[in-house]
Amino acid sequence: MAVEIMKEKYRSKVGEVVLGATKDEGGTRSHTITVGGESALPFLHFEGEIPNRPVVAMEIWDIVPEEWNDCFKEYFGDVYSDPAAWAKKCVEEYGADLIQIRLKGADPDLADKSPEDCADLVKKVLEAVGVPVIVIGSGKAEKDAKIYTPIAEACAGENLLMGVAELEDYKAVTSACMANNHNVIAQSPIDINICKQLNILISEMSPAMAKRIIIDPTVAALGYGIEYSYSIMERARNGALQGDKMLAMPMIGNAGFESWRIKEANIPEEEQPAWGEQEERGILWETTTAMAYLQSGIDILVMRHPEAVRVIKGNIDDLMKDNSY
Amino acid sequence: MIIIGERINGMFQDIAKAINDRDPKAVQEWARQQEYNGAHYLDINVGPSSREPVEAMKWLVEVTQEVSDLPLCLDSTKYDAIEEGLKVCKQPPMINSVPAEMPKMERVFAMAAEHGAEVICLTMNEEGIPKDADVRVGLAAELVATADAYGIAPDMLYIDPLVLPCNVAQDHGPEVMRTLREIKMISDPAPKTTVGLSNISQGTKNRELINRTFAVMAMANGLDSAIADACDDELMAAVAAARIILDMDIYCDSFVDVFKQHNR
Repeated sequence: MAVEIMKEKYRSKVGEVVLGATKDEGGTRSHTITVGGESALPFLHFEGEIPNRPVVAMEIWDIVPEEWNDCFKEYFGDVYSDPAAWAKKCVEEYGADLIQIRLKGADPDLADKSPEDCADLVKKVLEAVGVPVIVIGSGKAEKDAKIYTPIAEACAGENLLMGVAELEDYKAVTSACMANNHNVIAQSPIDINICKQLNILISEMSPAMAKRIIIDPTVAALGYGIEYSYSIMERARNGALQGDKMLAMPMIGNAGFESWRIKEANIPEEEQPAWGEQEERGILWETTTAMAYLQSGIDILVMRHPEAVRVIKGNIDDLMKDNSY
Repeated sequence: MIIIGERINGMFQDIAKAINDRDPKAVQEWARQQEYNGAHYLDINVGPSSREPVEAMKWLVEVTQEVSDLPLCLDSTKYDAIEEGLKVCKQPPMINSVPAEMPKMERVFAMAAEHGAEVICLTMNEEGIPKDADVRVGLAAELVATADAYGIAPDMLYIDPLVLPCNVAQDHGPEVMRTLREIKMISDPAPKTTVGLSNISQGTKNRELINRTFAVMAMANGLDSAIADACDDELMAAVAAARIILDMDIYCDSFVDVFKQHNR
């Protein structure tokens, strides 16, 4: 008698979000990228569909990233002061699926760049690469509220992913996206309740935006609470698969940013001989962190180190191999 | 919890008049309102005094479906009326209801199997409504076994343990709670459960309070659905809160709105 292997049945699935727009669609991208659409837990191809592979965005800044570890100079040192060239290098040499521009220079305490300068810079990056683009503010909410609309207007038609919307500050970026048909990153501080509430608030501003949300659940680095992030993402994804519409959005995580700001990735070998060579250690830290988030259901990984990106893209190839039976 | 909106019922005067005059306005208004307030199904009952229940059922189903995509719950003791309704439903409805009496089970389960309909099953037979939980559960098992013979899975059944007004039959309350718990042990998958919520408060003061208190207590004991007043905001809020406490929905500050707005 044949044994019937039990498979989980899910009621619902994650929504799909398209990023970027080609010429025919009103933009200038060479192609679009669709994320989400899962109807099973990560890579359980035997229980449902994983129609779109997770993608890797590489992070660039609009100013020279003084705080980045020196090991990045070998790869990006020649293009640090030219974000368009930096973006091009990420795509052409290191295989980035998307580019995430962090407009750190808009920070009033750093370069205090004007909204117009920020919009110009995003336009230049769009001209330099054909992949869809993610635009993130400086992290200073008051200033960021002033840059979203000029960027969204200047890039109307490009179907950007813009962020970040937070519980206390979601209206400025959401209305900029609403008016110009861009997508929005809804960021919550490793908190499922705030994650859901923020999605509700954005959807209340415009029901159409409910289909344009990417959840940023906040991903901690390995050793810094990765298990908390994992359990939140697992809960959100289970909620989505069981029919909770306000959690049924694709997810994004800044694995590079989080991994490269901790001491384990940065302390030189001379200070901690037992920890081994610093760059290799940092790459491993970023890679391991990113791998864990692939298993948690992440749809867009934002990464930094070219070697970590290479390994993770190979990992995604393996995970996307059909294991259904 | 699945709310089966009770308002399209010929025992209400506005619906009886609508059926009599074939004027769909009141029916459609209640369909819209119940859907807006979060009902998952709409109960359709031509009422006890209808002289032509078969035609009236067909008409009620058709005019309701003109304004709402919710699945329906065809509510009648006249199975010809239910059969007529089944033919015009756009999606498989619930049949409301069948007792544990053989000729009735044969008729209803055959119809349900043919149309892919779910069935509300009453834990009563020719001898009436039993008082204690054991007899109720025994009748539930009979219903599950008979449905199985027609190829109907247990989770297509909603067992109604039948509640009596709390001022008339107070001793039934704990028995109903125990019945709800034990029904879940009859089979795997377990049958679902339902109640006619407002029966608990017939003839009492403060009916809404009794209804919503019963609802949350019954949910904690395994109640999956109720035929209820979807436009009772306090009831819907209490159900939303109970779903949070039972970990059926993930909490967020707008949890009441989220529960009520799932149709919108």
